[in-house]
Amino acid sequence: MTFKRRLSLFRPKTGVDQGAFEANRRLVDDINRRGILRGTLSLGGLVMLTGCEAGHDGAINSALRAVSELNDSVQAALFRPDHLAPTYSADQVLRPPRFNAFYGIDDVEAVDAKDWKLELAGSIATKKAWTLDDIYALPRQEMIIKHICVEGWDYIGQWAGVNLRSFLERVGADTKARYVAFKCADDYTGSIDMATALHPQTLLATHYAGEPLGDPYGFPLRLRTATKLGYKNPKWITAIEVTNVKPGGYWEDRGFNWFGGI
Amino acid sequence: MSRKDSRPARRLHPLALRIMHWINAISILALIFSGWKIYDDYPILSWLRFDDAYTLGGHPETALQWHFLFMWPLAISGIAYILYGLVSGRFWNKLLPLSIGEILKTVGDALRFKLGHDDITHYNGVQKLLYLGAIALIVLQILTGLAIWKPVQFSEYAALFGSFQTARILHFTGMALICGFVVVHVALALLVPKTLLAMLTGGPRLEPAAAPAAAIAAPDVPVSSN
Repeated sequence: MTFKRRLSLFRPKTGVDQGAFEANRRLVDDINRRGILRGTLSLGGLVMLTGCEAGHDGAINSALRAVSELNDSVQAALFRPDHLAPTYSADQVLRPPRFNAFYGIDDVEAVDAKDWKLELAGSIATKKAWTLDDIYALPRQEMIIKHICVEGWDYIGQWAGVNLRSFLERVGADTKARYVAFKCADDYTGSIDMATALHPQTLLATHYAGEPLGDPYGFPLRLRTATKLGYKNPKWITAIEVTNVKPGGYWEDRGFNWFGGI
Repeated sequence: MSRKDSRPARRLHPLALRIMHWINAISILALIFSGWKIYDDYPILSWLRFDDAYTLGGHPETALQWHFLFMWPLAISGIAYILYGLVSGRFWNKLLPLSIGEILKTVGDALRFKLGHDDITHYNGVQKLLYLGAIALIVLQILTGLAIWKPVQFSEYAALFGSFQTARILHFTGMALICGFVVVHVALALLVPKTLLAMLTGGPRLEPAAAPAAAIAAPDVPVSSN
């Protein structure tokens, strides 16, 4: 479980001033990238790529990222907006769901329902913040789908919540914009393409197996999309932004494929 | 299939074939070594993990980048290789027909130390079996890889391989079998270095009518296709 092993490297020890982070986002991303990717070529890689010295890592990593972005385009082209992911029956559902985050389950900080609110930003007409009661009052859609992690494991989960497309339409989001970005209570960030945001099996999930989401699984609000890998489903969401500027994300900035489609 | 006598004699391994062979070889090695790192995040066999010293990509995200880079040259060069083999007649001339008798004869010759390597333009029964097997495995590997990459977009197709985990296990098994092929293939190429040299330089020029060589080496095999 590599996600846990490297937790000390990436886990912010204290809260980060989001304003400063935003202002210096490009710089921060660049530092992250250089610091983390320096050691990425193993001996095996060096043996295969004789002639590429360690000093050329930057060029290799740029090339790898360029191909990864090419693969984003290929995946966007392969994406079928109306094709539904396979669904399963209630007796196949794993209870509770499998925990996963960029830190261990013992380090989960519960979100206080009273203080929680969902903020909206970017190309959205009505940016009024939403309380939990507001969200719970919305019509709820349920789906039983497979969660596939980039690591290779999977499980069947029963998710319910407001359909993201109907939510975006309700708040007057520009659904012609390219990206929907998410910020989370644990400083995780993520973003998806608009086509995926508008897919019928993309929810802002509030419930699992008929119960409100548990704390470790993203209470009170998380994304669940049936067409992407697990890391593309941010938990403990506190803000949604509709934008044309590619937002990146926690794992994506570290080299995981941005589109992450399945 | 018939070759016109007026053409200059072709080499055993024409340049296009050599280029495709080496692109395939490098891609397959890179896919195997990066695949091992990806595997390590969620092993299929509890006792099997791959040390970072043997993997391509120091982190899973880098290994995934390598894997999804080299899938392109393998897919493109692999498809070109198969089309070339079918259209040029190479597969029919060199790899087919294949009979159990021919394989047993090769094994028998090898056990009696009578297996000849003088004529590298003609493949023996075991070579044909290994090459056909490797080609089939690589095709299967691309097919199961596609099912793992796009189990939702291609859900109807992916269902042919069972569940996501079944496709993963098939992809892993295919890798293991290809590793077996690579070990045997490289060992034998080093044992008979002129075969390795031929894949670099092209090897001997073929006589316009290559059939007699085949007929002499394997008299039991019908040669009517030549």
